[in-house]
Amino acid sequence: MSLHPDYKGKYNYKWSNLPNLKLSGLEPLEVTPTTNFVNIGERTNVAGSRLFLRLIKEEKFDEALSIARDQVDGGAQIIDINMDDGLIDGKEAMVKFLNLIAAEPDISKIPIMIDSSKWEIIEAGLQCVQGKCVVNSISLKEGKEKFVEAARKIRQYGAAVVVMAFDELGQADSYERRIEICETSYRILVDEVNFPPQDIIFDPNVFPVATGMDEHRRNALDFFLATRWIRENLPGAHISGGISNVSFSFRGNDIVREAMHSAFLYHAIKEGMDMGIVNPSMLMVYDDIPKDLLAHVEDVLLDLREDATERLLNFAETVSGNGKVRVVDLEWRNTSLQERLTYSLVKGMADFIDDDVEEARKSVKEPIEVIEGYLMTGMNVVGDLFGEGKMFLPQVVKSARVMKKAVAYLLPYIEASKTDNRSKGKVLMATVKGDVHDIGKNIVAVVLGCNNYDIIDLGVMVPANKILEAAVEHKVDIIGLSGLITPSLDEMVHVAKEMELMGMTIPLLIGGATTSKVHTAVKIDQHYKKGQTVYVLDASRSVTVVSDLLGEKRDQFIEDIKNEYEGVRVNYAKKKGFKKFLSINEARANKFQIDWKPSDLQKPNLVGVKVLADYDLAELREYIDWTPFFHTWELRGKYPEILTHELMGIEASKLFKDANTMLDQIIAEKWLIAKASVGIWPANTINDDDIEIYSDETRSTLLYTQRGLRQQLKKADTASNVCLADFIAPKESGFQDYIGGFVVTTGLGIEKKLAEFEADHDDYHSILLKALADRLAEAFAERLHELVRTDYWGYDQTPLDKTELIQEKYRGIRPAPGYPANPDHTEKPGLFELLNATELTGVTLTESMAMMPASSVSGWYFAHPQAHYFGVGKIKEDQVERLAMAKGISLARMKQWLSSNLED
Amino acid sequence: MNEIREILKKRILILDGAMGTMIQRYKLEENDFRKGWFEDHPYSLKGNNDLLVLTRPDIIKAIHAEYLEAGADIIETNTFSGTTIAQADYHLEKSAYDINFYGAKIAREVCNEFTKANPNKPRFVAGSIGPTNMTLSISPDVNDPGFRSTTFDKMVVAYSEQVTGLIKGGSDILLVETIFDTLNAKAALFAIENVQKELGTDLPIMVSGTITDASGRTLSGQTTEAFLISVQHMNLLTIGLNCALGASALRPYLQVLKNKAPFHISAHPNAGLPNEMGEYDETPEMMAAQIKTFLDEGLVNIIGGCCGTTPAHIKAMADLVDSMTNSPKN
Repeated sequence: MSLHPDYKGKYNYKWSNLPNLKLSGLEPLEVTPTTNFVNIGERTNVAGSRLFLRLIKEEKFDEALSIARDQVDGGAQIIDINMDDGLIDGKEAMVKFLNLIAAEPDISKIPIMIDSSKWEIIEAGLQCVQGKCVVNSISLKEGKEKFVEAARKIRQYGAAVVVMAFDELGQADSYERRIEICETSYRILVDEVNFPPQDIIFDPNVFPVATGMDEHRRNALDFFLATRWIRENLPGAHISGGISNVSFSFRGNDIVREAMHSAFLYHAIKEGMDMGIVNPSMLMVYDDIPKDLLAHVEDVLLDLREDATERLLNFAETVSGNGKVRVVDLEWRNTSLQERLTYSLVKGMADFIDDDVEEARKSVKEPIEVIEGYLMTGMNVVGDLFGEGKMFLPQVVKSARVMKKAVAYLLPYIEASKTDNRSKGKVLMATVKGDVHDIGKNIVAVVLGCNNYDIIDLGVMVPANKILEAAVEHKVDIIGLSGLITPSLDEMVHVAKEMELMGMTIPLLIGGATTSKVHTAVKIDQHYKKGQTVYVLDASRSVTVVSDLLGEKRDQFIEDIKNEYEGVRVNYAKKKGFKKFLSINEARANKFQIDWKPSDLQKPNLVGVKVLADYDLAELREYIDWTPFFHTWELRGKYPEILTHELMGIEASKLFKDANTMLDQIIAEKWLIAKASVGIWPANTINDDDIEIYSDETRSTLLYTQRGLRQQLKKADTASNVCLADFIAPKESGFQDYIGGFVVTTGLGIEKKLAEFEADHDDYHSILLKALADRLAEAFAERLHELVRTDYWGYDQTPLDKTELIQEKYRGIRPAPGYPANPDHTEKPGLFELLNATELTGVTLTESMAMMPASSVSGWYFAHPQAHYFGVGKIKEDQVERLAMAKGISLARMKQWLSSNLED
Repeated sequence: MNEIREILKKRILILDGAMGTMIQRYKLEENDFRKGWFEDHPYSLKGNNDLLVLTRPDIIKAIHAEYLEAGADIIETNTFSGTTIAQADYHLEKSAYDINFYGAKIAREVCNEFTKANPNKPRFVAGSIGPTNMTLSISPDVNDPGFRSTTFDKMVVAYSEQVTGLIKGGSDILLVETIFDTLNAKAALFAIENVQKELGTDLPIMVSGTITDASGRTLSGQTTEAFLISVQHMNLLTIGLNCALGASALRPYLQVLKNKAPFHISAHPNAGLPNEMGEYDETPEMMAAQIKTFLDEGLVNIIGGCCGTTPAHIKAMADLVDSMTNSPKN
């Protein structure tokens, strides 16, 4: 609930007709409606930091700069600079310091807030900064004329502005005065000065509470109320303030101060405050504030008790200690060139890399030596740390980005000197024909690239002949194949056979979600006798595998693999002998029995197809299951526990933060478009395994027959041999049943952003975006399933929270064609046709039935309470024969499609 | 000058190509740079191309005419270095105003002739405003990163004189181009706003930045989007990119502008990258092929050439635009 009696709930930005506030340093900062809070660094303020004042007075500008850098490293998104002190020449100091900052890209990358009460200092500052700044601040304090004059100038310099709630009568200190002055100021700026409303930031005055004076009791509360009023009534305007003021009376007691700052922010943000001057090292996580302390603090902030101040003062005495000390070390800039380069690579920090690489380049004869010497040494450290589990995948991808930048910088010089890069080896990477999934492949490419292997990445949907031609042309040392859907397994076998035919001898690596050691050993290795095939579990293994394959102990390694795979094959054959199968007719006789009751067969509200074009991504965000996201990055643990995991917690949290920042942008800037096609039709099962789908309730026009696959493995006495068709009422039963289907995608539009990241050599963000798009697609499927249950089909209104959704604690299932409950990919075109999916959603199918864009999900809906997920597992040729006949596909082709399920 | 805004809604306009490349073909001597104006100037003037608008207006007009003949809708005045700051290298601060006034005037004359001959294709003069040879964001002294060789105020004064000359000489558009330091550009825009207010004019403004390499940043370190945000407070006719890179290398950055900017988009790329001899090798056909992808994507509203481009390049672009019916929706 809002604290303001006139408004309900958390503040939501509602001025969508206005552009967003955009600022810039060397890089852009856009404040979008979903930006939670913009952190303004406050330590570079002579009025607020004695240390900074002393450094400026003594003209120790290098140290003063390191304070600025510390702010940026600490997460400040804007840096506030203030030189207002009687003992220094504020204008000169401002100009000097801003000019110095301009030479430090790691600081000047973020926008600057020029903070002064003197116009001449502000104007001098504006003349030194190329980016779009914020002026802090102007007000009606000296009358309207001066206010207008300053505002016009600020507009001409192209800056945004902080407006203080201050007029000729003084500073606003009540709710009423705050909103009155802000409204007057706003109207002048927007109506008379033509100031862009989104560039106006109000500071409604954060004043101390718990001072012991009665008139200060509502200081925080009135700020909250005024914040809400301004955000609701002055279109586009933002709210900022200096937070530390509120805890002024508790100087010396950092624990209480930190708690007060956090609690203040918590409430202010809910009311719509979206930026603020905060010392990040003086903040606690709101949820971490001890409950008793929080209660006392909130009593004061919200003015809940007569004796709130007294009680907090007493309580404060029992809380001691001075919070935490944060040390940011910039010493590393003073270390040797190699150490600096290694540091940048390990930290994934690109800010200095061009300078350091330039220095390195000048120190060697041939530019290539920079890569072979300095950079390789640094990347070896990265590789070692990764190998030891001391660095995690997201960090390595960032390191790779720095490496790429360094190489990009050197490339023109290397080309000019025409020397070759003597790398450790060349690896060709490709996602095989018919498959579009490449996150894993890209991660492997990055990790190998980090370890000084040259990567020839052929991308996705690469046919065998292209792979082989490129392998010959580039004289690669290894070929790596990747794929996610089951038909890709067969394509990999095909590539292996072709390599054998061409007489190749180089190793073949196999990776991807559906690949396995067993499949590699049993199905692929056999066909490529001249070279060695190796299964690679994940990106972190790829480096050791490749280095073993190309290293001195190569023969021993291959010998070991050969023995291991032989063992796998022997085991596989043995197990095979133990398994007993039923004929398809026997299996049908043991089908999953349902006692059909009308109460379990709900007539849907929707019959036919419905399209959801441009679904709200902000809503889908709430449905994301994060655990698989972390798995993509090889951070294997459950969300949210992984964020506090002893080893991976820090990196997982960083990754999570980056992911959320990107989600903010994806949503605000519409990087992706979400579309879905969903349908429900009358349906009945015929011939045990097939589902007839009809156009309408008359059940006279057959739209499509969905052919199911039935488990054939002989089970223990009570278990059935299940097929999806068992979950739909048989035609002969006389019951009217239904089936649903869907295709969702969140991958439309992704290429544009990916191209931008690729232009910037930014694998990290490129992979991040793909991983997020995949998560959004799954989230969309989850959300759509919810809509189907509660609305379109309407058989289940039980409200579930997001965790229960992720755990699928609901009635009904949505199995996808090509996945365990129905591994037959050739069912997809039928589903797509029913849904008119390609036309309505833009999703197409490749020759291997992979969906494009990759971030898409499809499936069938089964609503019966007893419908459940299962795996078809191995099947026998008799079932494949009958399927081939029913579908009019040749037996050989059908066997190929089902090769990973076919027991041979 | 609402006319050009109206035309831009309907079709893609062609900007001219390189001036320097064309001047080189005339193999001019010291004397050509002095003729009638600076006969007794104590310093060498050869290479100060902007002076030719005064000393050899015949040549500059001939080049303008060649570009208009090739199909250019807009020609740039030969005033890229027409500020007191840039002219200080030749001790010719006093001539800055004349360069701009006469530079605009002769371009105006040639344009008028062409417009008269074919009123269906009106031609426009863009007053060219270069970056000067100083930078407000970068120190010229590596040992003193806080040092600056000039100030914002001085640059505003210099640009104001240039802008006044360009407007009074008859420019239709003001083109702030080859921006390698956004702060310099902001000074130019500041001056433009002041001068236009003083003269009571409202010439449309084109802003064109320079991305120096594959880092995707300006020389002063800004990303394309940060650059856009920094000048977006002005009501611009176009924002765009020119120089440093060839057409296809500019494409990803033009896409950023296209996606983010509330203005029309311009591009005048180089004819590829210079070879070992400092010459540009891309033929008109090669360049047009790359620009075709811009047009296919609806990426630009004004297209032309920078270093190394010639009337043949511009003709290839104009023919391409003519042959393509689709015009970007903006």
